[in-house]
Amino acid sequence: MERITSIQQLELLKNSLQKAKESGRNVVRVCLGPGCRAQGADKVAAAFRDTVRQQGLPVKIEPLIKETGCHGFCKEGPLVTLVPSGLFYSRVKPEDVEEIVEKTIKKQEVISRLLYSENGTSYRTANEIPFYKRQMKLASRNVGDIDPLNIEDAIANDAYQAAAKAFSSMSPDQVIKEVEISGLRGRGGAGFPTGRKWRSASNAVKKRPGPVYVVCNGDEGDPGAFMDCAIMEGDPHSVIEGMIIAAYALDARQGFIYVREEYPFAIRNLTIAMDQARSVGLLGKNIMGSGFDFDIRINRGAGAYVCGESTALFLSIEGKPGEPRAKYIRSVERGLWDRPTVLNNVETWANIPVIIEKGGEWFSKIGVPGSTGTKAFSLVGKVKNVGLVEVPMGVPLSTIVEEIGGGIPGKGAFKAVQTGGPSGGCIPYKLKDVSVDYDSLTKIGSIMGSGGMIVMDDKDCVVDVARYFLRFLEEESCGKCLPCRLGLEAMLEFLDNFTQGKGSLEDIEELKSLAKAVQDGALCALGGSAPNPMLTTLEYFREEYEAHIVDKRCPAGVCKALITYHIDPEACTGCGLCAGICPQSCITGEEKSPHKIVQNACNRCGLCMDLCKFSAITVS
Amino acid sequence: MFRHNATDSKERILYVKKQTTDIDSIMEKYPGEPQYLISLLQDVQAQYSYISEENIRFICDHVGVPVTKAWSVLTFYRSFNIEPRGEHLVRVCCGTACHLKGAERIAEDLERHLCVQREHTTEDMHFTLETINCPGACAVAPVVMVDDDYLGATNQADVRNYLKKL
Repeated sequence: MERITSIQQLELLKNSLQKAKESGRNVVRVCLGPGCRAQGADKVAAAFRDTVRQQGLPVKIEPLIKETGCHGFCKEGPLVTLVPSGLFYSRVKPEDVEEIVEKTIKKQEVISRLLYSENGTSYRTANEIPFYKRQMKLASRNVGDIDPLNIEDAIANDAYQAAAKAFSSMSPDQVIKEVEISGLRGRGGAGFPTGRKWRSASNAVKKRPGPVYVVCNGDEGDPGAFMDCAIMEGDPHSVIEGMIIAAYALDARQGFIYVREEYPFAIRNLTIAMDQARSVGLLGKNIMGSGFDFDIRINRGAGAYVCGESTALFLSIEGKPGEPRAKYIRSVERGLWDRPTVLNNVETWANIPVIIEKGGEWFSKIGVPGSTGTKAFSLVGKVKNVGLVEVPMGVPLSTIVEEIGGGIPGKGAFKAVQTGGPSGGCIPYKLKDVSVDYDSLTKIGSIMGSGGMIVMDDKDCVVDVARYFLRFLEEESCGKCLPCRLGLEAMLEFLDNFTQGKGSLEDIEELKSLAKAVQDGALCALGGSAPNPMLTTLEYFREEYEAHIVDKRCPAGVCKALITYHIDPEACTGCGLCAGICPQSCITGEEKSPHKIVQNACNRCGLCMDLCKFSAITVS
Repeated sequence: MFRHNATDSKERILYVKKQTTDIDSIMEKYPGEPQYLISLLQDVQAQYSYISEENIRFICDHVGVPVTKAWSVLTFYRSFNIEPRGEHLVRVCCGTACHLKGAERIAEDLERHLCVQREHTTEDMHFTLETINCPGACAVAPVVMVDDDYLGATNQADVRNYLKKL
């Protein structure tokens, strides 16, 4: 592809690419998001390639095999979409590929076995499925549609049009203004207004002339969140374009994307996307012939959760240990290398091109006042439709969990939702109609966070979950400030005791006062918000804490020290699997007759329960 | 259980050491500035599976950072290894979604099965067992990654069977 040297040329290129797309060629889109890949999607894509090559199909029907980013409906993966028919096949296995080519691609027949069905209804296309119906995709607009490794595909889907618009018809000041009008708030967790951040940085540079940096925070450390991963993998160009627009507005020459190394495909896709953008003149020197230079470098994280915090992230880019500093001086004034720096999260950057293209006014009408636009969530845990969803702000929580998520699978009952990861809180069932926006969630003690949404049912113990998050943060604490380093350790000791049935009711009050000390004293937001999961679970599920401490039992049947495993003699078929695998050899019984667990030898490893094919192992 | 063979493991260690001869080609990619310390350490680790003391000194010379500073970086970040890793890397995701679906039980089972604690390598240098915080495949929790392969919606028996084939 030749270098783009003017904005008109980009327009011409887009038009010709779109025309080529409309020529009616068959396209097979195979989702290669992490969820689908873990279910063998790469093998499905390879099978499509092989089958098509072997068949020697005539050019007109030979499909283009596109490997795309996450379609969101991870539970039903691997997902395959066929263009132009729009047919949506779920749970596709490599063995099905030949049939799809034979029947659907050659003869336009529908294979009903592969269609997604719910409550007896089969759905032919994705848009009809309830999971997709209530969603609105802005930040993830192209994820799942485009091949992230092919810039032409992105350009045909309007990538870099907003940057072209900013360069050609807007002044830097107007760009900032538009972002301010949009009301966009940072999607990384704290929800600081993005426009105001840009304005402060712009003012800071005016006071202290010199370099200014734009940085993308792709260190999505919250366990159970993968929205940013999906965007970086599926549509890296939206992030790059967002950063180019900010660089133009602030006159920055260098940008950085900080990606955690647990996302190797995000790093690969971003690197390739940037190389392609550079080679066609959309990044680097003289972007689109405008005379504006801007380049981006990728920094890989090294497995430190704290580096998601802004000041720690800057130090990590500088090649130092990522220990946060107190923010008496904000990072928009003194950030990377002590220079004004704008740091935004992946999803925030992906929203910028939409705002510039459609206008801040348009964007501000989506969502609710104070929380405009959409928010992407990774809906995981005990919910039927696990996956990536993007909804307008202000949607009730129950809509996300029950309508889009399809409710709780099996016999479980909806108990709570954890939002905001280790810094967030646990929202109980009784508050399920809360509006999902920044302010409403803060009011009930949780936070919006970066968008992890973990659904729990009655088989999940909230004390264990609180302990899990606390242990996570205690391990990840950088150790610079005392309240976090020692405070979390002491809090964890209390919770460890509770899960073992030790401790007393007075301990709860002690724990609360300790939590207050950590909240007030910790240096950075990660430490300061660390007690949140414990405090919210204590507020909404105090009786469960008391059950552990006073009655010495775990109502959900999770806490190891307080449970016993039994074999249900009615369900046990005497297959002997558990007896063979028990590491303690404490399961006895005759073949084909119900087995028994010798309780005093059992170490409650749970292996028998996880492997029993007849669900005969019960917990009490 | 995996039997461990003394001569075999020695050979493997020697093999790993032999690879560490040419580090210059990696260092050439980065200008000699302190900011590239972490990137360089990562590239060297990707090549050799760990960072040897010798290589630390090479890297420090290149980027102009005292060795003590490099150690503070190496020990601060969780992902750096200063000891050789096993032939296969088994990573159990202990993210929230996986935790709720029994990741802890899988990690414990692997510790028993491989006779090794998490974050350690088996004596025969065949497996390194690690826990990680979330590779983003929550939809198919619990997830275990063996080298670059994801085992989704897995259980103790599946992981054991998979490891048996390696």
